[in-house]
Amino acid sequence: MGLELYLDLLSQPCRAIYIFAKKNRIPFEMRTVELLKGQHLSDAFAQVNPLKKVPALKDGDFTLAESVAILLYLTRKYKVADHWYPQDLQACARVDEYLAWQHTTLRRSCLRALWHKVMFPVFLGEPVSPEMLATTLAELDVTLQLLEDKFLQNKAFLIGPHVSLADLVAITELMHPVGAGCQVFEGRPKLAAWCRRVEAAVGEDLFQEAHEVILKAKDSPPADPTIKQKLMPAVLAMIQ
Amino acid sequence: MGLELYLDLLSQPCRAIYIFAKKNRIPFEMRTVELLKGQHLSDAFAQVNPLKKVPALKDGDFTLAESVAILLYLCRKYEVPDHWYPQDLQARARVDEYLAWQHTALRNSCTRAMWQKMMSPVFLGEQVPPETLASTLAELERCLQLLEDKFLKDQDFLAGPHISVADLVAITELMHPVSAGCQVFKSRPKLAAWRQRVEAAVGKDLFQEAHAVVMKAKDLPPADSAIKEKLKPSVQVLLQ
Repeated sequence: MGLELYLDLLSQPCRAIYIFAKKNRIPFEMRTVELLKGQHLSDAFAQVNPLKKVPALKDGDFTLAESVAILLYLTRKYKVADHWYPQDLQACARVDEYLAWQHTTLRRSCLRALWHKVMFPVFLGEPVSPEMLATTLAELDVTLQLLEDKFLQNKAFLIGPHVSLADLVAITELMHPVGAGCQVFEGRPKLAAWCRRVEAAVGEDLFQEAHEVILKAKDSPPADPTIKQKLMPAVLAMIQ
Repeated sequence: MGLELYLDLLSQPCRAIYIFAKKNRIPFEMRTVELLKGQHLSDAFAQVNPLKKVPALKDGDFTLAESVAILLYLCRKYEVPDHWYPQDLQARARVDEYLAWQHTALRNSCTRAMWQKMMSPVFLGEQVPPETLASTLAELERCLQLLEDKFLKDQDFLAGPHISVADLVAITELMHPVSAGCQVFKSRPKLAAWRQRVEAAVGKDLFQEAHAVVMKAKDLPPADSAIKEKLKPSVQVLLQ
């Protein structure tokens, strides 16, 4: 059994890994783990990732969790082009800096935006107060500003002239609130231009393919009560 | 001007970097940024790190934020012994996996536990509701269990038989609730044994030195109202 990637394209980090693997022609078996059916909570999946989250990787007997770790593992094992994670000390540090920063900032606010705006009301049938939603969208705004001012600045890509892991991780995050109907790029021409460059670098077809699921998230049928009960604790913990 | 490290040993990630640099005899200028005096919020410091956080690094004209990025930069630039961030693909992936997971898990619960149990009452003069504290401590327990079961398992160190940057990042986190009087190691002999090994690997004197500030945090005089006002916005989120 070769490389297996346990993914749900509903999830931002899963999309980053999917795009990266496909773009670099890394051969893998896709193992879909449907989050909205609670499949990540199964005992079978816990054998692959005891943290019960996607993405997860299985390479022979070796299992690995955490999207950043998975992306770096793939980068090294398949000896991809240098620009994804440059050898240059400072350029590499810039990628590391972005990948570290994003966990508690952009990741968090994009996740909350999707769940507060769409998934709670539409999928879980739980209303979200206008104040809560407003706070979440305001936080998203602040992190988008940081993304522009501290990371992108006047460069073509987040760390310099070439696309890197940082761009993949960031763009797949931004597609979360886009999937929720947030006008993330409105009034942000710099980010819009960067988004187009990343799409072009990755390939438009691959980008669309990876984002098909999230762009249909607002059309999710409501969860049945059993599923809702099953997912609630994990969802609440996730968006805290 | 050589390498400068902007640190406050009150902060867990700063301690990890301090220990790492000292242990590996990396020459640096210590630039203390006193968090409890709000020095991280100054315009001067924003020149070093626009994210207004410690730790931060300045190496000539190159500035870098994010402790994980800084640790990896130091590993590479100063060509430290392999075990800190092993060349081996799978061993390195284990370190990456830990460094990624901890941001939103152990880091989060250790910071909250320390602020809610100690800093808020002692320094800010505000009691946190018992339910909030109880919930935070329960979450800390959950993270400690994951640390033991998923990461440490029956190994000597988090990523295998030798100490790595993952252990430094983890141990400095755990000392946060320890400083607040949480009995983190008391009912966890596995973690206690691991702690002894990490301290021995790092050197007891260096370990004590790095932790002198945080271990005295409970004896801090209360903040004056000006400081409270200044720090409140950034600290607020830790008290929920």
